[in-house]
Amino acid sequence: MTSTALSPPRRRAPARRVRARRGDLFWIYLFIIPGMVLTAMFVFYPMGASWYFSLTQWNGFSDAKSFVGLSNYRELLGDGMFWGSFGRSMVFVLIGVPLRVALALILAIVLNNIIRGRLSTFFRTVFFLPVMAAASVIGVVLTFVLSPSNGPIAFFLETTGLTDAPVEFLSDPHLALWSALLLHTWKNFGMTLIYWLAALQTVPSEYYEAAEVDGAGAVQQLIKITLPILIPFAVIIVILTANENLHAFALIQALTGGGPYYSSEVVEVYIFRTAFAPDAAGGVPRLGYASAAGCFFGLATLLIALLQAWALKLVADQRARLDR
Amino acid sequence: MSLTTTAMPDAGAATIEEAPQPPPRRRRRKRSERLALIVGAFILLPIALVWVYPFIWVFSSSLKSNAEIFGSLNPFTSTLHLDNYVRAWREADMGRYLLNTIFVTGMSIVISVTVNALLGYVLGRYTFPGKKVIYALLALVVFLPQGYTVIPIFDLIDSLGLSGSLWGITLAEAGGVSVIVVLLFAGYFAQLPKELEEAATMDGAGFLRIFAQVYLPLAKPVLATAVILQFMHAWNDFLLPLVLTLSQPDLRTLAVGIYSLQNQYFSDWGMMSAASTIALLPIIIVFIILQKYFIESFSGAVKG
Repeated sequence: MTSTALSPPRRRAPARRVRARRGDLFWIYLFIIPGMVLTAMFVFYPMGASWYFSLTQWNGFSDAKSFVGLSNYRELLGDGMFWGSFGRSMVFVLIGVPLRVALALILAIVLNNIIRGRLSTFFRTVFFLPVMAAASVIGVVLTFVLSPSNGPIAFFLETTGLTDAPVEFLSDPHLALWSALLLHTWKNFGMTLIYWLAALQTVPSEYYEAAEVDGAGAVQQLIKITLPILIPFAVIIVILTANENLHAFALIQALTGGGPYYSSEVVEVYIFRTAFAPDAAGGVPRLGYASAAGCFFGLATLLIALLQAWALKLVADQRARLDR
Repeated sequence: MSLTTTAMPDAGAATIEEAPQPPPRRRRRKRSERLALIVGAFILLPIALVWVYPFIWVFSSSLKSNAEIFGSLNPFTSTLHLDNYVRAWREADMGRYLLNTIFVTGMSIVISVTVNALLGYVLGRYTFPGKKVIYALLALVVFLPQGYTVIPIFDLIDSLGLSGSLWGITLAEAGGVSVIVVLLFAGYFAQLPKELEEAATMDGAGFLRIFAQVYLPLAKPVLATAVILQFMHAWNDFLLPLVLTLSQPDLRTLAVGIYSLQNQYFSDWGMMSAASTIALLPIIIVFIILQKYFIESFSGAVKG
């Protein structure tokens, strides 16, 4: 954030905090209440409630809940469907994250160091565009674009003779997950690109000038200056990207609904089906069981949040070093 | 510059100073840089075209008849089929969904930005008993495992009697405080001078007026970030409005409505393209106009 002309030097900021006068205290607490009430309603209560629901059997909102202890979790551990979806979510993290982070870094370096000015801004805008689109809407659009009958891609592949038969990108069980992963990478690529560009801009330009005086070439500058400074940012960017890849529900639900034959069903799609769309599974909605799956999965993503805190500290340390 | 000229008024020294010592090397570098730029641009241009192709396809298909869309790559059409939009608006209820989305997005921005700004203001400018508790709660928001919160939120909206109105979705989309935004506000207000408050107090302004008329208008950069983040979230969010409108099709937002009509109109690509364009175009236009602010807002996640 840029500071206005009025603002004093940053160092002195803490001393400027005002000790509240008695009359102000009323207003201070009044200012806090709305935020705390909404947070209690939409963060803390749902968190606690979903943990409680995970200990119950509950078939639909009109039904009564019955407390069943840990039996949902016991069932979950032996549920092949759940672990299958868990494995697919891991594919999204273990393959999707390195792919996106590496490609975005390459493009970011190109846009930061080689292509500059307006042209660079133009490309940044283009590559960021899919991020702005609603994932569910873009998912629907892509089912048309990739349709094996009448879709433009199928038409292109056929008229150029690249394929004999139309490729079933989304309806072939061997392909669907990989198509979804690539499309998810395409959709969110721009976000990772922006993160890298922000990180690259923290490299002080004097470093490059000094290296140039010493006669270091472009490649040497990249290896000796740019990459070492980027490493702590890399940790954060990997974590943010991993977090995004674990939450691909909207795009996949609209693209394939987890099909065909559950071949693209990631954890969130599995949970949604268990809770709200049980027809395919031939049964009643299982809100308690879905909550258990959600809580279990939440614990897994919590690990990621903890890593994030650690990484942010690394960056803060590095910034302190650079500022000196 | 003025220093060097006074120190060395003699013209010969000045020419020596400006004498091109490194130029031969620098000029060669510049030429290679320009070459790299041209090569880079030529490689990126086709990639960029493929990148936005789905958008080009959907915008152009929204103006074509289905016969023209099927099995064709040509983005242009000889006659504009605006009837796709008419059908999307009337038959597929996109008019209603658009209004719902505008209401939910607009009101949730008002609620969430106000709430976050109020909290950030007192955290940034005052010390008071209980401040540490608030910070501890904010940390909990980030670090407690989420679970599957959409079920309890549905339950809560239902028991508040809001499940039949857009206000339920609006409140849920506004949600709890956004920790990042609160911290941005707190950091920004903390570095504004306290003399502004003293001056305003002498003019007889109270706590509320000092906040609303003195400090808040100075926090425009953070306000922009807060509005942008909530705008993106509310306009595009899917799971929450999907679940909240499962039995209330009239309350759907665009992101949910287009998904829900996918099966019903699976063969009417022209109309579905028009519907998708109605959902995609507004946010893309806003983004292109205000992109500097958008990019800055998202960069904050990395730069801290």
